[in-house]
Amino acid sequence: MNINDIIATGTKATRDGFGQGLLELGRQNPNVVGLTADLMESLQMQHFQKEFPERFFQVGIAEANMIGIAAGLATGGKIPFTGTFANFSTGRVYDQIRQSIAYSHKNVKICASHAGLSLGEDGATHQILEDLGMMRMLPGMVVINPCDYSQTKAATIAIAEYNGPVYLRFGRPAWPMFTLENQKFEIGKALHLASGTDVTIFATGHLVWSAIEAAKELQTQGISCELINIHTIKPLDEAAILDSVSKTRAVVVAEEHQRNGGLGDAIANLLVQRLPVPMEYVGVKDTFGESGKPAELLDKYGLSKKDVVWAVKDVLDRKTGSM
Amino acid sequence: MISINQLKELSTQVRRDIVRMVFNCQSGHPGGSLGCVEFFVALYAHVLKHNAEKFDMEGKGQDLFFLSNGHISPVWYATLARTGYFDVQELNTFRKLNTRLQGHPATHEGLPGIRIASGSLGQGMSAAIGAALAKRLDGDDRWVFCLTGDGELEEGQCWEAMMFAAHHKVDNLIVAVDWNGQQIDGPIDEVMSLGNLQAKWEAFGWDVLVLNNGNDMESMINMLNNAKEHSKQGKPVVILMKTVMGYGVDFMAGTHKWHGKAPNQEQVDLALAQLHTETLQDF
Repeated sequence: MNINDIIATGTKATRDGFGQGLLELGRQNPNVVGLTADLMESLQMQHFQKEFPERFFQVGIAEANMIGIAAGLATGGKIPFTGTFANFSTGRVYDQIRQSIAYSHKNVKICASHAGLSLGEDGATHQILEDLGMMRMLPGMVVINPCDYSQTKAATIAIAEYNGPVYLRFGRPAWPMFTLENQKFEIGKALHLASGTDVTIFATGHLVWSAIEAAKELQTQGISCELINIHTIKPLDEAAILDSVSKTRAVVVAEEHQRNGGLGDAIANLLVQRLPVPMEYVGVKDTFGESGKPAELLDKYGLSKKDVVWAVKDVLDRKTGSM
Repeated sequence: MISINQLKELSTQVRRDIVRMVFNCQSGHPGGSLGCVEFFVALYAHVLKHNAEKFDMEGKGQDLFFLSNGHISPVWYATLARTGYFDVQELNTFRKLNTRLQGHPATHEGLPGIRIASGSLGQGMSAAIGAALAKRLDGDDRWVFCLTGDGELEEGQCWEAMMFAAHHKVDNLIVAVDWNGQQIDGPIDEVMSLGNLQAKWEAFGWDVLVLNNGNDMESMINMLNNAKEHSKQGKPVVILMKTVMGYGVDFMAGTHKWHGKAPNQEQVDLALAQLHTETLQDF
């Protein structure tokens, strides 16, 4: 597909995709249960709660307990979906997830909204930028960061079919929608968005849209970008990555996360062992965020379209230099 | 039906197993394990409806048990082996490389009887609540039991769980607290006092039962039956169970010093001499 064929059909928050996905899932699978720690509507879980009140548990502001109860429900054969902000879904309860869910291999879906800088005005206390790294480190944890409304909805439905712990990350703001409305989501299968020859951009979450815009601009300057959406950060689609990089031999990774520990490090880890090529990161540079509008923050912290453009040019300079 | 005498003999054997397991690998937690023998033996050999030979994770139609204070794994493993979950010879492997009997209980190696890992404290009650909710959703009328330490109640998550269980009327849940008054660094009253524990549980909306001699088998059986009678009336039930850490071995009893320490050869001989003769044959 050509990059110019990718167009936004409107905007909707990824968390809305989660809410709709959970509702549909509730209708399909009676074992699906929901839990929240006093953030039901922020996670858009009220749709599920209204239709299935007996299968929804309000835990109050007690995330550690929510994780433990979810592990117990999973032990009894239920498929619990926990819902709170990404910050409280990971760092606050890392040990509970580690022991009661990951090590015990419980079929719990940890669903995390308001991830990253695009949470906006609430500021750094809530803008977690380390969650992908923390969850990726846990043995056996599946880590997913969808890019738009429809992909989040499809991912929500798909993870119920997988038996094991999953971290599903999404966000707060309305965001461009560009993937198919009723797509099939395959865990661990990279989504090829556009073909190109000069560089491969791997992007996840909200930053896929920034990467699309950057690739369009670069095309007008005669630079051909291959664009791949890595919605599943773990397990990583190594075959798709190596396949593309063996062709383009230059890589940019874009994510709404610290440069440490996220998708960039996952891909670098693969490439350094199998196919070392020039690579650039678009991510937060070892700092905390702050209050502001989502677009302002993405701009200030180096996660906007222009940052992807610069990263591509930098990496192409190095690619040419190494030839 | 197993007699009180048989339960007492089984308790002596489980105590011998605990001491020998910890001695074998020179590691583990004998104190709390010895103190909770009557609870485990009464529960597994008399109270629980369970299927030791065909363990399955979900346990539908069965009673479930969750151990929150996972460091007392020796008493749990010995009880599970002695009630048919796995061969008693496997107790030889406790805490050794490639064992299913990990230092703290785990599901990872597939040991029958274990439903969730524990050891990092304060998490077991939450898991037990979740399992009790699953039973409620399934219309399953069996019970979920959970044991927690008293020092463990210093973890905030325990109080989150207590609030939840009362608010959501999780009344098919029976929690026991091993109220031995000791933790690693010393007596609880010196390290971090729990204050009026009974009043605190009551204030959190639980039906609170107190067992003054948790090392007496008749009292333990009566209390567990009593707790079942108190259950299913809109409130979760807790048994505050006074036990003596290290019970059954005089030099280990009543002190925190044997919380996590293995006996040497001389000490293990002394301990086994006090635990009479093996009643069911040592592993």
